[in-house]
Amino acid sequence: MQLELRGITKRFGALTANDHIDLVVAPGEIHCLLGENGAGKSTLMNVLYGLYQADEGEILLDGAVQHFDGPGDAMRSGIGMVHQHFMLIPVFTVAENVMLGHEQTSFGGRLDLDAARKRVREISDRFGFSVDPDAIVGDLPVGVQQRVEIIKALSRDARVLVFDEPTAVLTPQETDELMAIMRQLRDEGTSIVFITHKLREVREVADRITVIRLGKVVGEAAPTASNSDLAALMVGRAVELVVQKQQARPGPASLVVENLDVIDPNGLKVVNDVSFTVHEGEILAIAGVQGNGQTELTEAIMGLQPRVNGRVSLGGQVLTGLSVRRVLDAGVGFVPEDRTEDGLVAEMTIAENLMLDRSHSEPFVARGSLRLEHLDGFAEEKKKEFDIRAQSISTPAGRLSGGNQQKVVLAREMSRDLRLLIAAQPTRGIDVGSIEFVHKRMVETRDAGIPVIVVSTELDEVVALADRIAVMYRGSIVGIVPGDTPRDVLGLMMAGERPSEVAA
Amino acid sequence: MSATITPDATPVSVTLESTEIRSWKAPIALAVFVVVAVVLFVVLGRDGATTFRLSSDSDVVQLADWVLPARPTGITVTVLLALLTVVVVALTTMGNRLSARARRMVLAASIVAFTFLFLLGFLTWAAAGAAIPVTGLLLGTVSLSAPLIFGALGGVISERVGVVNVAIEGQLLAGAFCAALVASVTGNPFVGLVAAMIAGVLVSFVLAAFSIKYLVDQVIVGVVLNVLVLGLTSFLYSTVLSVDTAALNTAPRFPRFPIPVLSDIPVIGPVLFRQTLIVYLMYIAVVAVYIGLFHTKWGLRLRAVGEHPQAADTVGIRVNPTRFWNVSLAGAVAGLGGAYFTLDSVSSFGKDMTAGAGFIALAAVIFGRWNPVRATFAALLFGFATNLQNVLGAIGSPVPSEFMLMLPYVVTVLAVAGLVGYARGPAASGKPYIKS
Repeated sequence: MQLELRGITKRFGALTANDHIDLVVAPGEIHCLLGENGAGKSTLMNVLYGLYQADEGEILLDGAVQHFDGPGDAMRSGIGMVHQHFMLIPVFTVAENVMLGHEQTSFGGRLDLDAARKRVREISDRFGFSVDPDAIVGDLPVGVQQRVEIIKALSRDARVLVFDEPTAVLTPQETDELMAIMRQLRDEGTSIVFITHKLREVREVADRITVIRLGKVVGEAAPTASNSDLAALMVGRAVELVVQKQQARPGPASLVVENLDVIDPNGLKVVNDVSFTVHEGEILAIAGVQGNGQTELTEAIMGLQPRVNGRVSLGGQVLTGLSVRRVLDAGVGFVPEDRTEDGLVAEMTIAENLMLDRSHSEPFVARGSLRLEHLDGFAEEKKKEFDIRAQSISTPAGRLSGGNQQKVVLAREMSRDLRLLIAAQPTRGIDVGSIEFVHKRMVETRDAGIPVIVVSTELDEVVALADRIAVMYRGSIVGIVPGDTPRDVLGLMMAGERPSEVAA
Repeated sequence: MSATITPDATPVSVTLESTEIRSWKAPIALAVFVVVAVVLFVVLGRDGATTFRLSSDSDVVQLADWVLPARPTGITVTVLLALLTVVVVALTTMGNRLSARARRMVLAASIVAFTFLFLLGFLTWAAAGAAIPVTGLLLGTVSLSAPLIFGALGGVISERVGVVNVAIEGQLLAGAFCAALVASVTGNPFVGLVAAMIAGVLVSFVLAAFSIKYLVDQVIVGVVLNVLVLGLTSFLYSTVLSVDTAALNTAPRFPRFPIPVLSDIPVIGPVLFRQTLIVYLMYIAVVAVYIGLFHTKWGLRLRAVGEHPQAADTVGIRVNPTRFWNVSLAGAVAGLGGAYFTLDSVSSFGKDMTAGAGFIALAAVIFGRWNPVRATFAALLFGFATNLQNVLGAIGSPVPSEFMLMLPYVVTVLAVAGLVGYARGPAASGKPYIKS
């Protein structure tokens, strides 16, 4: 089925998320929609899927104008979507999820689960998925959950399939498998829209590429275009793709983690017997697919996890068992992975956010009251130093772009006397300019002789920053390998295979 | 630094290791009860024998009375309770040798056995020298539980679809009031029943409109609705119903309708099958809600909306209408519970006659973990506690009546806090769905 979008415009208040976008996707082609975070790709697809109503423009399928009031209409017309955040109900089984919304019923209105099971097996066999229709979705690994999403779309006979940032949660191997599935679907005549910001994937699988920037189509490119050309088109200027850094000069071991376990409220060991050290002046990257214990590991070091066994010490001082305040006082800087949830108070101003961790003592507080003039001076200074782009220091943090929010968090965490910096997903969802800035500051921190831990699910980021790489899988460290380890080895380690020869 | 690394084929274990989080809640609670048992049954032990009457004179099959000597029974029960506590302590400290599943089974069985033994000991002690009508005790339990069960079913439906229903109390009270008024005026209890359902739905409309359409905090709307209904019915009671009690507040009650054969079974026959239409409706409602929730399209969609509304939306389910109509349905079910007060137990409406039953029903929803069948058993437990207080009051127990009045509420708090602990409800319950 041929999909055509003509002059789609979608505004949210003063912001124009999509500005007269035209797009044609031919049957049997993989069409990549490339753009930075916030360029308007997801908004466009939500318009296509009937979740948003376009302010202007029209959607055509095989030349006929469509009108979608909701996702139900879009699905009936043959549009399926594999969402970035899976639209699956975790407590339901695979079969229940697949049948939801177009249930078959047998005698007396009872759900016909057998029919749904059969449908799941049919599609699962066709693509070699091996998905158990009776498994509870919440118990499945994310890679399998994504396959359930694909089955769900295909069970409604989708002829146009949209993949919204599908690789964010996958290991490199799973990504390769997904690409193979996409090619198989294409060869069967399905039109595929593949939304991403990862250049490598685009070049590998796309038949055609459309680049979007700030809500506008800025150009088309052939899959043969070079990485730097695509990046320049996507960002609007030449981009430095590699992080400039000198060889690390590691000092003595500083952070020592020994046999650390973290037990979650259900009694599961989400971090299992993890030991590693980080030296002064080196960056240790913790790689791994989202949800393999990285979050809990960093939170355990910070004192944010209630059930922890083992020992963490920094420069000889034991951190385990200390309150978060004491850990901060020991000189630990922490950039949490979800900045809007854990990093900032969105309603508070930039200045207030900058002093959140020091609201209890000098120099921001004297005799129980805030010293506002001192705070203002401090905030102005940091705003300049960290290039925070905002109208003023009294702008609420929630109004900033992702990149500028992250700079506020960094500014706060890096303006204490640090003896350790932990940055979890420091560049997730921020623009390329801010990514460059954040990476530069990480390397500078390292060069100042401070141990740095960077947790990242993006292999590109891990490879760009790390002096050593620890790969986590299912709560354990699979291995700690040098920063120049080839990507395919890292990929296999992210899927749980141990390197047979581990070099320090 | 550049050693070549090749992955070998030994994958790290795929499942996460599981460690049981040791909870001392159960052993401590049991130990406290053992102390109570020692004090009551042994130290303050009473002489005389306790008679458990298993049949009433009107029963077809007569069972012999069960006579227990109070003091020896009390001592035996206390020893058994202490043994069970030792088992549970052992399970907590050294249970690692058993699988998690086996451990849970043993723990559950121990707690159930403990509860029954303690109850037996307590009844024997409290009624020493007198007789306990067992059928009467259980019959009263069903009567007192009926409105709680209807309320809890309403709560389960509403919360499963994603709207916290604190307004059960208001729905019960509105149902009771309208049932009394309409049945009195028309002289027909069936019309009263329908009026009660409509009253429950009207309360639900307000809850649904404010929480779904205007995004007001659902708990606050619920609380305000309860106060509103209480004020409104009390006002109308004094200004309208009391003016002409004979015409406006003398409702015809549903007659008892014994089911042939079934009602002749000893003990459970008179308890379960010599009831009124409303109670039979309740049995049907429990089964219907259970099957509906877990085996039909209606239930699948309802639960989807309560768990992950956005996912439901993306497969074409209209989230807010689904919520609106199911909250209304929940109101109708709770309204039936209200009708029970004025068309079954007594035949007239009284100010605040539900007296917090809606909140106990809410506790039953949580204690029953949002499952209609478990919530029904929870409601029965609370009903039993209430009736125990009535029965012991009637036969003259040594416990002060003020203390016995606390019993149902103490049971509720202990049950919800101690036994449930952290229960996971429908993920999106209480959160309005805002389409961006």
